Amino acid sequence: MFGYVFKRSLQSLVAVAGLLVLVFFLSRLTGDPAYLYLPLDSTEAQRQAFNELHGFDDPLYIQFGRYLADLLHFDFGTALSRNRPAMEVALEAFPETLKLAAIAMTLSLVLAIVVGALAATKPGGIFDRLATTISLAGASAPDFWVAIVAILFFSVSLGLLPTSGTGTPLHWIMPIGVLMLRPFGLLTQVVRGSMMGVLTSPYIKTAQAKGVRRTKIVFVHALRNALLPVITVAGDLAASLINGAVVVETIFGWPGIGKLMIDAIVRRDFALVQATVLITAIAIFFLNIVIDLVYAALDPRIRHQTA
Amino acid sequence: MSTAPILAVENLTVDFLSGDGRFRATDGVSFHVHEGETLVILGESGSGKSVSASAIMGLIDTPPGEIVSGRIRYRGEDIVDMPAERRRDLNGRRIAIIFQDPLAHLNPVYTVGWQLAEVFSVHGIAGGEEARRRSIDILRRVGIPDPETRMDWYPHQFSGGQRQRIMIGMAIALGPEILIADEPTTALDVSVQAQILELLKKLQREEGLAIVMITHDLEVAANMADRIVVMNSGKIVEEGPAREVFTAPKHAYTQRLMSALPDHDEHKERADEAEGAPVLEVRNLTKIYQLSPGMFGKKKALQALDNVSFVLRPGETLGIVGESGSGKSTVARLLLRLAEATAGTALYRGRNIFEMDRRELLAFRRRVQMVFQDPYSSMNPRMNVFSIISEPWCIHGDILEKPRWEERVAELLELVGLRPEHARRFPHQFSGGQRQRIAIARALACDPEVLVCDEAVSALDVSIQMQIISLLADLRDRLGLAYIFITHDLPIVRNFADRILVMKSGRVVEEGMTEALFRNPREDYTRMLIQAAPKPKWDQAQAMAS
Repeated sequence: MFGYVFKRSLQSLVAVAGLLVLVFFLSRLTGDPAYLYLPLDSTEAQRQAFNELHGFDDPLYIQFGRYLADLLHFDFGTALSRNRPAMEVALEAFPETLKLAAIAMTLSLVLAIVVGALAATKPGGIFDRLATTISLAGASAPDFWVAIVAILFFSVSLGLLPTSGTGTPLHWIMPIGVLMLRPFGLLTQVVRGSMMGVLTSPYIKTAQAKGVRRTKIVFVHALRNALLPVITVAGDLAASLINGAVVVETIFGWPGIGKLMIDAIVRRDFALVQATVLITAIAIFFLNIVIDLVYAALDPRIRHQTA
Repeated sequence: MSTAPILAVENLTVDFLSGDGRFRATDGVSFHVHEGETLVILGESGSGKSVSASAIMGLIDTPPGEIVSGRIRYRGEDIVDMPAERRRDLNGRRIAIIFQDPLAHLNPVYTVGWQLAEVFSVHGIAGGEEARRRSIDILRRVGIPDPETRMDWYPHQFSGGQRQRIMIGMAIALGPEILIADEPTTALDVSVQAQILELLKKLQREEGLAIVMITHDLEVAANMADRIVVMNSGKIVEEGPAREVFTAPKHAYTQRLMSALPDHDEHKERADEAEGAPVLEVRNLTKIYQLSPGMFGKKKALQALDNVSFVLRPGETLGIVGESGSGKSTVARLLLRLAEATAGTALYRGRNIFEMDRRELLAFRRRVQMVFQDPYSSMNPRMNVFSIISEPWCIHGDILEKPRWEERVAELLELVGLRPEHARRFPHQFSGGQRQRIAIARALACDPEVLVCDEAVSALDVSIQMQIISLLADLRDRLGLAYIFITHDLPIVRNFADRILVMKSGRVVEEGMTEALFRNPREDYTRMLIQAAPKPKWDQAQAMAS
């Protein structure tokens, strides 16, 4: 079982390393940062001097070697756009994203499990049809549109909620609400489908034959089995949230990692791009370990697989 | 027994609704069972026997099921219209059930101890430590060794027979009065089957259980039944004391069913044609599977085959018999190079199969064809019968030119007892027996000289098994085929195989001409396989009396 997690972790580490290489070279394809940081009328000589100062004039492989050597010293370079250590900037933004993601994910998961499970107990019933419609709409509605309409309605027309920024508890409502739409919608569908399958399993018949109450059958006997595929999908969704809910953070002016990453890309702030990617990659790496552990906790067959 | 029956089903009619309309699963079915009595409901798949069991337990999902009419009386009281809460309380406490496939019927993510203890807690009889203590007692009673430890194991850690023991334990935990056994031994090896049937009888003696046993297996039925009800297409066609139904069946369907019983006394010796140079010669075949080790664990190896040798002559039928895990299927997989042998040689007409290059192997596979156990999963559901049968001709371009395909497929279908117009249909439109006929036609398309049949009839109903075996025997005589017939069911090959190889734990433990082996088995294991087929109950009673 630990062998299993260990093997999976090694695989993910290889992926993280590959990602770092890719981001390093791809970001440098976007163009010469000197054009962005120096005034429009700067001379060739000034740009040359800027590139020399930041080491952009060296061949790529030398830059890459330097980047790796610095990484070993936990030096992630300087964010050009802010003139501060890149990692410091990234680490400030990351908890904001993490809080948003954790709350949105937990709420969606709990809600989806309850709604999906109840819908599955009576397929085709009124509750099921309602749940299916709402979850489908949630999963497919474009979040930028919902976000803008929500701002228009709750902030502009009703004046109930702040349009953007952070500070009060009220600031959390709209970003979390919009962020939850997709995970809630998708997860409800997955829980419902998985639950319907599990409820026709032979061991459910055994529980009925033992005289177990319907609610206990659904929420104890069936749910734990039905959760296995749900965990996989929830993991993917959580990863995409940690990655920075770019659209939502931008619209609501949330100072998270998604917004930071976009800013850094637009401004050709290579060190900052690399730092933000590294942080999210590590976070997703740990998220995957957690998911593997949850999986093993839920299903003894996985625990015993490589024992 | 003049007292009122403990359970009576009266005029039960159950429909299932589907997209195509209404399907009548049972039609006016009536039967009853007394305390301490065993009633066997005998029927083939689709006869509606399991639906009756589900109805008694209240396990029919409505919709799609619908109980159209009928009463089910427990001690005189109708339980069909009983309030749900009272009905639920009967389950497990008064009426319990065990199912065919114990692995699927145990929840994979909870320990067996938890699942057992739940029976006590659900009915408010015991909880916590007390429930655990009682569960351990139950496990001991049904013969699970070291029950204190095994309580915390999960279903997948037990063997098939142990899982069925656990299911039985769960069913008898609260001392019910009625036990419904729905094909309880169908998924088990014969020796395990005998143990489970013994256990059921012991429990019946001790508790005075009424058993309603549902089976398609004539020998199991004869072994268990006091009375028998025979079902066909949702209706009861015959009912009576077990001995009468078996020895003097009245209804035509029952008579046909009984004729499928392998005949133990009569054996048609085939003229000894097994002459000439062997087609296949297997020497010291050995297969060791390296199990992937845990991170710190040592490498483990599983010896699936240990120095197996045999020869197969043209036109000969060799039965390879053994229980699951005996290595009998591994022999087939190695011979067809579906897996690599660890050591040994297998000569096909003098050439070592394991050293053949691609071209030789292709030619070899044409002459040696395989028929699998599950004709459904071994056929592509999106290919029609014509494509399935003609596929070998696409692979081996030189067998038959395209314009003749149509004609040849029709010929092959007729050869295996199907009709030419079946060529345009898809596998799911056929019954299990018909699908196996298609699989045989596909194998014959290559003009083989050897057919390897791996449990080719195990998934079929008894009467269909006999039809397929006589088809194979007929093809043998007409086409001069040689067979390697792999099965766990020794009696079934008695009238078919010329020679038999008995395997156990990867080794050949006994080998001999069929009739000699049946008359005079050398090994205890062989004797067990021959006798494992359960004896009729009326014979046991006589044996005990004398």
